[in-house]
Amino acid sequence: MRVDATASRCTGCKLCQLACALHQFGENNPKKTAILITSDLLNTGHYRVAVCDQCGLCEELCPAGAVSKVDGAYVVDPEECTYCYICVNECPQGAMLVPSGKHTPVKCISCGDCVELCPTSALAMVE
Amino acid sequence: MNGYAGKILRVDLSTGKTWTEPVDPKLAREYLGGRGFAARLIYDEVKGAEALGPDNRLVLASGPFAGVFLPAGAKATFAAKSSATGLYGDANVGGHLAAELKYAGYDAIVFQGSADRPVYLFVDDETVQIRDASRLWGKGAIEAEVALKDELGEDYQIATIGPAGENLVKYACVGHDIGRQAGRTGAGAVMGSKRLKAIAVRGSQTVPVADIEALRRISKEMFLKVKADPGLQVWHDYGLGSVCSWANSIGAFPTRNFSSGYFEGIDGIDHHAMRERIIVGSKACFGCPMACGKFSRVKERGVWVEGPEYETTALIGGNCALNRIEDVAYANYVCDELGLDTISAGNVIGFAMECFQRGVIDERTTGGLAVRFGDVEAFVTLANRIARREGIGDLLADGVKQTAAVWGKGSESYAIQVKGLEWSGYESRGAPAMMLAYMTADIGAHHNRAWAITYDIAQGREKVEGKAAKVIDLQHVRPLFDCLGACRLPWVEMGLDLKYYAELFPAVTGLDLSWEDLLQVSERVYNLTRAYAVREVPGFGRSHDYPPERFISEPVPDGATAGSRIPRDTLDALLDDYYGLRGWDKTGRPTGVTLRRLGLGDVAEELAARGLVE
Repeated sequence: MRVDATASRCTGCKLCQLACALHQFGENNPKKTAILITSDLLNTGHYRVAVCDQCGLCEELCPAGAVSKVDGAYVVDPEECTYCYICVNECPQGAMLVPSGKHTPVKCISCGDCVELCPTSALAMVE
Repeated sequence: MNGYAGKILRVDLSTGKTWTEPVDPKLAREYLGGRGFAARLIYDEVKGAEALGPDNRLVLASGPFAGVFLPAGAKATFAAKSSATGLYGDANVGGHLAAELKYAGYDAIVFQGSADRPVYLFVDDETVQIRDASRLWGKGAIEAEVALKDELGEDYQIATIGPAGENLVKYACVGHDIGRQAGRTGAGAVMGSKRLKAIAVRGSQTVPVADIEALRRISKEMFLKVKADPGLQVWHDYGLGSVCSWANSIGAFPTRNFSSGYFEGIDGIDHHAMRERIIVGSKACFGCPMACGKFSRVKERGVWVEGPEYETTALIGGNCALNRIEDVAYANYVCDELGLDTISAGNVIGFAMECFQRGVIDERTTGGLAVRFGDVEAFVTLANRIARREGIGDLLADGVKQTAAVWGKGSESYAIQVKGLEWSGYESRGAPAMMLAYMTADIGAHHNRAWAITYDIAQGREKVEGKAAKVIDLQHVRPLFDCLGACRLPWVEMGLDLKYYAELFPAVTGLDLSWEDLLQVSERVYNLTRAYAVREVPGFGRSHDYPPERFISEPVPDGATAGSRIPRDTLDALLDDYYGLRGWDKTGRPTGVTLRRLGLGDVAEELAARGLVE
């Protein structure tokens, strides 16, 4: 399962980011998120959404073996991560993110919290 | 401090010094944040100062709900002694500024003094710098925001002023998030007087809350309730545009300088026209499921604009008789770039159009320009002259009240304002509660303190009894959202029960304040801003609470309210009732007893020492 985004439906409310940070860190802080929303308003009138498509490249590239597939989603083990950030630099979606104050990259683990809350259904869980 | 970043950032633009102060827990408990913080700070620190002088303060304040996982914790308040009214003035703006300010570690920023050159404030967590903004001076508000985003990064949240703020137009606004505004009361002019072109904020910190699990549970229920509501689609498709045809159908749509509440050209500017002809997508404020903001493209002009929102379509559309949505949207864009509040600008220009039609002014006054209803080019030309204070624009930039005082010939009776603030988007001759709401809004003729028109319709439009009590209730519950830093629309329009918000407050802050306690905070703030008016404006009182003569003596010519006017004895009955219920005297001043009941004993003492309360 992975999160699929239809950017033209995104309103830029960032509720997905709030939900993500709550799930991953139990914190009120949309900066600690694995989903990235940026504005493309003055070009297209819409936002851009970057989210992991579970392609697995991070697992393939990780020299420490810190990434593994659990319940259909790739997860990073903070105990194993050496902060080399190869995954961050190489992620095709730009969806491996390092929150301020953290070292281990955070990525989407397909929990579905953002999908459940997204008011315009711009986000969906797909196989 | 749960729910708070815990610090207030102080910026002295005269000395270039910046420092922080901890948020006083007593201030948080008694004023909550946002408008409450601002009102207390202005009351305490701006005494007798000129609105556009260095001794005024500009306050940017979030509230405990801002930036938190709950519906639309997005509201920031800009406040100062108002350049438009000389009273306490505030305006709130959605977007992402309030949340970002909290993540940066500040509940509020207070500016004082005045820079000797154009500057902007840069905030990146603890890094605070006053930076040169010479290259941005003269740029449009959105143009300057885009330039700063290009330079600093997309993830900075930025507030800017346009040429109108720089040139001290008394109703200049503050822009944010490519097309949102803290519109009313001239916060943009106060920024301009301090030579503060912009504020750029980025933060990375977590907002602590008292009970994260309770917050998750309550908010998730609220979010899912809104998402499951079939009515949500109307907001996603049309936003506030759908208010236009409703307001027109009930005779409340300001038309041709409020001569009527019915616009025959509504079909060209309503939500259907907007959806079919200009809307490209939705643009939400932080954490808001409603996404009432629509992002639009005016192809024939090659511009993007957020909106038009209802108020803009009402004041630029109906009030200036523009009957094409493309014209309204373009005029909206022009005002946004210039940094003009679309409500005041549409009101002032509508007034000029009526004066031109009546022969109060002619081409000699306007510098050769024909200023006719329905002419978008005339609107745009005047907007530019106002923002740059050129020719006729120099007078119009002072507002409709001052303009009428100069032009005379009876035009004062149709200068549509209260306390010097131009009336916003509801023609209210057939709506006594809404009329009273405009008369007694603390910042001047604005609808957001008490949007009572639906109560008028439900209770009977001619009825006067009970209307004052409802207006007071609304004047407490609605501005409470401005203290908390959340938008009220999920409650007003999606029907989210106020009980949710009552439960959220302790979950976020850990403070043991009941909903009734929170409403009393709002009442305290309302009395404080009134007390400020009494202290700052000689002779302030009842005479400042009347609407223009047009509404008293001129019946509405057409539409659903045809024949309606609001006689002076009705206004007096409304005011007597209102003052009595508020515990104010017959002249409209809070009594010492009332101030002390609300914990404003120090204010009562100060006013008593000046002979201003018994």
